[in-house]
Amino acid sequence: MAAECEQCGKKHLPPRPICDNCLSENFKWIELSKKGKLLTYTTIYVAPNQFKDLAPYSVGIVQFEKDLKIPGMIIGIPEDKIRIGMALIIHFDSIGSQETWHEWPRYYFKER
Amino acid sequence: MKGKPLVSIISAGLSKFGRHTDLCAREIFAYAAKEAFMRCPRLDPKRDIKALFIGHMGESYEHQGHTGASIADWIGLLNISATRTEAACASSGVALRSGIFAVLSGLADIVMVGGVEKMTHRNTDKVTEYLAMASDYPFEQWNGITFPGLYALMAKAHMHKYGTTEKQMALVAVKNHFNGNMNPKAHMHKEITIEKVLNSIPISTPLKLYDCSLISDGASCAIITKPEIAKKYTDKPVHIIGSGQASDTIGLFERNSFTSLMSAKLASKKAYEMSGVNPNDIDVAEVHDCFTIAELIAYEDLNFCKAGEGGKFVESGNSKLDGKFPTNTSGGLKSKGHPVGATGIAQAYEIYLQLTEQAEKRQVKDAEIGLTHNVGGSGSTAAVHVYRRD
Repeated sequence: MAAECEQCGKKHLPPRPICDNCLSENFKWIELSKKGKLLTYTTIYVAPNQFKDLAPYSVGIVQFEKDLKIPGMIIGIPEDKIRIGMALIIHFDSIGSQETWHEWPRYYFKER
Repeated sequence: MKGKPLVSIISAGLSKFGRHTDLCAREIFAYAAKEAFMRCPRLDPKRDIKALFIGHMGESYEHQGHTGASIADWIGLLNISATRTEAACASSGVALRSGIFAVLSGLADIVMVGGVEKMTHRNTDKVTEYLAMASDYPFEQWNGITFPGLYALMAKAHMHKYGTTEKQMALVAVKNHFNGNMNPKAHMHKEITIEKVLNSIPISTPLKLYDCSLISDGASCAIITKPEIAKKYTDKPVHIIGSGQASDTIGLFERNSFTSLMSAKLASKKAYEMSGVNPNDIDVAEVHDCFTIAELIAYEDLNFCKAGEGGKFVESGNSKLDGKFPTNTSGGLKSKGHPVGATGIAQAYEIYLQLTEQAEKRQVKDAEIGLTHNVGGSGSTAAVHVYRRD
């Protein structure tokens, strides 16, 4: 999901409470395609404590629409099979990696 | 001579960079301050210095915030106007600029600017976590993206778009270790080979251990004043003739480009315009090589070469000590070390030495114009300054 400003039409991902373009506070939710394109990626071997149990893990930045991009973990694809430009889908679940960090719903990028 | 001086540096100091097991941040800073005071016997610090701006990134390392007041006290400037600036790894580049604001405002004629960080007593995982605080929390930190991770995302994009190679990145590390080996204050005194870099352990692909700057303790400072009174304090001032600072999105992912830093491009454009200097005039530069890819991108953002040609630029030898654009003669963050809050003014310290012919074995002959490029986070802040000798 992304938020579209009802006054100027700017789309925000992540959403903001006040539009940085026109200062409006009126937004509507828009649903984005779950399919996006991988713009860049890396595989992290040295991780912060909270993620140590997952390392090495791959992360990438995925674009869903023009100017709408988010970073996230890429799961289920070996490092040497990941390619810039490949199609990935976003997958949601609610498992956090460590209870010491805020338990936000998690999302991942997968191939299918 | 180009460039009307904004302010003049009348003295500067730098602690040894490295592991200071028996000193805390304010104690390390006292060594940098002492050097600056000793270098400038005509200055009476207690009488003359009217304000302090101190770059310091993280209170987490020592559980000690309120850096301005504590530093002022420990260098004998108790009761002075003392302010901490924070912009991640650009904290002291921003302190320098804040000092320039203070002098130009007329509120303080002589100002001490500096930076400090004490990091090595924490283990690498903790430091990785603390440094990551300079990135976006909900999307970047929360997805386990570290600082090497962010620069690795840029490196992969640069390799994909321009064909940049890991070997070209390795050349940055080899060059900076060569220079750092001649800097007595550098953290590491060790020349390395391309193979050593390429065979080092992966941190965040394609970045390996020797692509990364060092976790160090250290402090830096400079004393700046109005150009018209600088000669009262020293015969050899160094003038700051251009200053630019810009910001960008906190999240790397929100940007249009992952292969250049808009903040650095904008800050350098302002600094070049203000000074009347163009990139070809630069005799010596200190750039923010927190990772080897960052130095390649810096060459491009500073217009030392065209976008995408950073890899070829380092291969050409242009950025070596005897090249056309000697870059990171101090050893850079890579070999001199990167106590994050101290880095911006540590760069200014090296330029001060170069432009006053005190850089010893790494002296660039006849250096007249210098530049510093200090980046915070993944490029959310950049501060660029241009200097010339008197």
